[in-house]
Amino acid sequence: MGAAKPDLGANEAELIQRVCQGDKEAFCGLVRPYERAVYAAAMSILNNPADAEEVAQEAVLKAFSNLARFRGEAKFSTWLIQITINEARLRLRKDRRHLYESVDEARTNEEGEYFPKDFADWREVPSEALQREELKQALRHAIAGLAPKYREVLILRDVQHLSTEETAQVLGISVGNVKTRLLRARLQMRDALAPGIDGSWSTGQAGYQKVRPW
Amino acid sequence: MRKMIEISCVEVWREISNYVDGAIDPELRARMEAHFKGCAHCTAVLDGTTNVVKLLADGVEYDLPQGLSQRLYSKLKD
Repeated sequence: MGAAKPDLGANEAELIQRVCQGDKEAFCGLVRPYERAVYAAAMSILNNPADAEEVAQEAVLKAFSNLARFRGEAKFSTWLIQITINEARLRLRKDRRHLYESVDEARTNEEGEYFPKDFADWREVPSEALQREELKQALRHAIAGLAPKYREVLILRDVQHLSTEETAQVLGISVGNVKTRLLRARLQMRDALAPGIDGSWSTGQAGYQKVRPW
Repeated sequence: MRKMIEISCVEVWREISNYVDGAIDPELRARMEAHFKGCAHCTAVLDGTTNVVKLLADGVEYDLPQGLSQRLYSKLKD
């Protein structure tokens, strides 16, 4: 494989150097473009704004303390998100209300295949539909309904647009696992959303008849 | 002309996410496209999956809690 380093913006490289020389303000400039990404990464695992904020703060502190060790093998943003994911998982593990699913367990215990449950037609996303609060709510609800290991992959790939390889690196899983989990997450999202789009949501009917081939 | 090997619905579902990402080889892509032409159910699954990806890209934002941007660096100042 080529050893090409990801292109670290000149400005970013300069900011990193300034931080390492003790300039704290430069660190804020470095992290600011990724604040939303850090928060979303924490939310993808914790699903709770208060916990996500605390973890985001801890991740930022950790990134600051460890910046001298950042060698630029990955993009700075990927490195920062990886720290956030690790902090969020640590929090989840400490929190006994949640059942933490270890990475090792997930590796050996991939669930069986997921097949579409419904064949509702959903050809176009009307652009005005995006403005509708009910659709946004339905999206958030569907995301929250995913198991954490599917939700984190979906958020990193489809909301934050990390590549498959970056997602695998950040989550510490294989590229194959990223693809399998993303497939399942997307199909589950479609099953959750499609019937409402062409059925009860658009017509205002409460009852929607499932379209099944069997 | 080479005859294209048909593909089943289950095989299409397994690859549909990679198809949406453009991460499959041209031969499999051609087989899937031939299948979509004759299968309304798989076309519905494809359209819906594509829409999910579009909606996530355009419509999902985690609104930052108010003032988070300031609080995020608070621990550094200690």
